[in-house]
Amino acid sequence: MTTIVAPMPGTILEVLIRIGDEVVEDQELLILEAMKMENPICAPCDGRIRELTVREKDTVKTDQVLIVLD
Amino acid sequence: MWVIGISLIVLAIRKHYEPLLLVPIGFGMVIVNIPMANLMQEGNVLWVFYHFTIERWNILPPLIFLGVGAMTDFGPVIANPKTLLLGAAAQFGVYVTFFGSLLLGFTLQEAASIGIIGGADGPTTIFLTSQLAPQLLGATAVAAYSYMALVPIIQPPIMRLLTTRKERRIRMKQLREVSKAEKIAFPLLVTLIICLLIPSATPLVGMLMVGNLFRECGVVERLSKTAQNELINVVTIFLGLCIGATMPAEIFLREQTLYIFFLGLASFCFSTASGLILAKVMNLFLREKINPLIGAAGVSAVPMASRVAQTVAFKDDKHNFILMQAMGPNIAGTIGTAAAAGLFLTMLLS
Repeated sequence: MTTIVAPMPGTILEVLIRIGDEVVEDQELLILEAMKMENPICAPCDGRIRELTVREKDTVKTDQVLIVLD
Repeated sequence: MWVIGISLIVLAIRKHYEPLLLVPIGFGMVIVNIPMANLMQEGNVLWVFYHFTIERWNILPPLIFLGVGAMTDFGPVIANPKTLLLGAAAQFGVYVTFFGSLLLGFTLQEAASIGIIGGADGPTTIFLTSQLAPQLLGATAVAAYSYMALVPIIQPPIMRLLTTRKERRIRMKQLREVSKAEKIAFPLLVTLIICLLIPSATPLVGMLMVGNLFRECGVVERLSKTAQNELINVVTIFLGLCIGATMPAEIFLREQTLYIFFLGLASFCFSTASGLILAKVMNLFLREKINPLIGAAGVSAVPMASRVAQTVAFKDDKHNFILMQAMGPNIAGTIGTAAAAGLFLTMLLS
């Protein structure tokens, strides 16, 4: 199980996946906006989306859990 | 001059190149060059703006800094004070270009005004040039704002040239939480330290820090909001028009202007490189390595230079996030450029 956390505080601009989706390493999963910059959050490894804890327009803090991968 | 002014306006609107300044500057350039309008004749509207707000009182750049301070979160600098060194290193280009300009025949005051372009800080460039070499104000201001807008184009090749892929992939720890007490103490400490060392920097550094104190103390939210919005917007309008008004054709269209643009670009490139190189040198002694790309963010183009550092790092490692770490030297660079301007004023203002 792999946990993907927010690398910096910001706002979730776009969610590109849904629970159950199969993803590959480096695939963009969501877009985090910080300092008016769009930062893609990518999959660190292949897997399946087990949990998605955020929605678009949510504000997140550093190290907040965003996605859990199987 | 009409073509140049309209080109700046078009670049600002279509490419979003520093539109808040380049639109009024471009328009000021156009109207000051309308024959027989004489807008810069004593008593006329642009003369009044320029004479009182810049020439006589030089009040606009400090007011801009008041707004900038209210908009800036100094947390990344407080969380990682080493980044102050990177912000200072990025001022090296200012001094290299100062001496280079002297070799090309510029006076000491003109050379300082050209060198400060390397700090990539528009208000500081205007503040210094209007006191040391007002005849160069238009050219240096347009150069400074143009290079700030071109940061995403100018910096990446230098960053890739001076770093290895391994260095660009260095991951840095996330920044610690900074307490409210630290954020309140910071502007007070910086003001006392910098302004006691370099009193001439007080108008800029003092205003930057009082704006920041408005933001961080939490009890003057009205003042903070006004500084971030209405005040800085009004000042920006006057500043842009005044800068544009200093560019009648007979002053701007000279060989000297080309030298200023070339030297300003060199200054900016040297500043980018020196921040990068200091980060690499620091890594020889640090156990926790710094990604040297954040050194390039020591130029004061906030937050553009930080975004560029993040973009370049992301190209080599899609899981490397250095944006917040890059904000440290980026913000420190603003203080560093203001201090450099203060040093020049101390030494060269007669």
